Amino acid sequence: MALIGDNQYDTPSVRLSEATASDYIELLKPRVMSLVVFTAFVGLVAAPGTVHPVLGFIAILAIAVGAGASGALNMWYDADIDAVMSRTSGRPIPSGRIAPKEALAFGLVLATMSVFTLGVLVNWLAASILAFTIFFYAVVYTMWLKRSTPQNIVIGGAAGAFPPMVGWAAASGSVSLESVVLFAIIFMWTPPHFWALALFKAGDYGAAGVPMMPNVRGARSTRRQIFIYSLMLAPIGVLPWILGFASAAYGLVAIFLGAGFVWYAYQVLRMSDFDGAMLPARKLFGYSIIYLFGIFLALLADVLAAGFVAGS
Amino acid sequence: MAMGEDFVELTEKQKKARRSRSLAIGIALAALVVLFYVATIVKFGPHFFNG
Repeated sequence: MALIGDNQYDTPSVRLSEATASDYIELLKPRVMSLVVFTAFVGLVAAPGTVHPVLGFIAILAIAVGAGASGALNMWYDADIDAVMSRTSGRPIPSGRIAPKEALAFGLVLATMSVFTLGVLVNWLAASILAFTIFFYAVVYTMWLKRSTPQNIVIGGAAGAFPPMVGWAAASGSVSLESVVLFAIIFMWTPPHFWALALFKAGDYGAAGVPMMPNVRGARSTRRQIFIYSLMLAPIGVLPWILGFASAAYGLVAIFLGAGFVWYAYQVLRMSDFDGAMLPARKLFGYSIIYLFGIFLALLADVLAAGFVAGS
Repeated sequence: MAMGEDFVELTEKQKKARRSRSLAIGIALAALVVLFYVATIVKFGPHFFNG
């Protein structure tokens, strides 16, 4: 695999940029960032203890910028892959709007600033987890796992699972079982979410040489693994209730959402090998986003309701 | 030696892009200053001003 430094996106010695601020914002992967912000916010609110609203806002902002920095570093390294895939070919680097070196510098500066801001103004445990998350996503996942193993998003999924733990650590100054459960929910959710996408985008990943599960083990094995992961995810989603840090109302919502996930995954399992449209996989991909949002929204509502009852 | 040869005339698109980037950097830096100022007050409390 070509390293980015000597590929076709490198720039000549003199280059006058036409990149606008919005191109740089695009490097931050705003859609991914929104889910990171939301899950981190829930972690922060659900954690025991109180955090000053200003410091809470700063924590979420630092986590968002850290996540954005990871996105920029990912786009820097993966520009050659992004250029080949229809979903990503319009990104700022493959389309020529931003030079790779500019994206690298942008990502490194934001990563450093986000970690130090979180450390200096909130606490260093949260900052350390944020730094590890950025390292894990940019180096372990992007530079190593993504191009070398079909288990790339299984292990790499940890990077997306850390934000609620960072939020929790920012508010409480600790890492506890509850924050590990929040981590586990996103960790187990990531493989079926991305494999559903990989099923109907297998051609794209294949052309780019990314060893996603459908390209390496085949669609049938991927469908089976999606179903197995969904069976593990559904009960983990209910754990906050079972472990006693969420109410029965949350438990009911989690059971309902988990059953929906298993049902959609079952439709994918039953999908024919010759199904070109792969509608069940597309539906599961869409539902998986609703699931994660729903689980964390239910947890947030639960925590706020408990706080309201305790305060009245 | 003609110094003028070292200068590059920016196109309108490049000028507009540079303005956009400069504005964004300015806003980000100003926001960072305000952020650290407010956070300092919050962390040290009102007695910070009382000597």
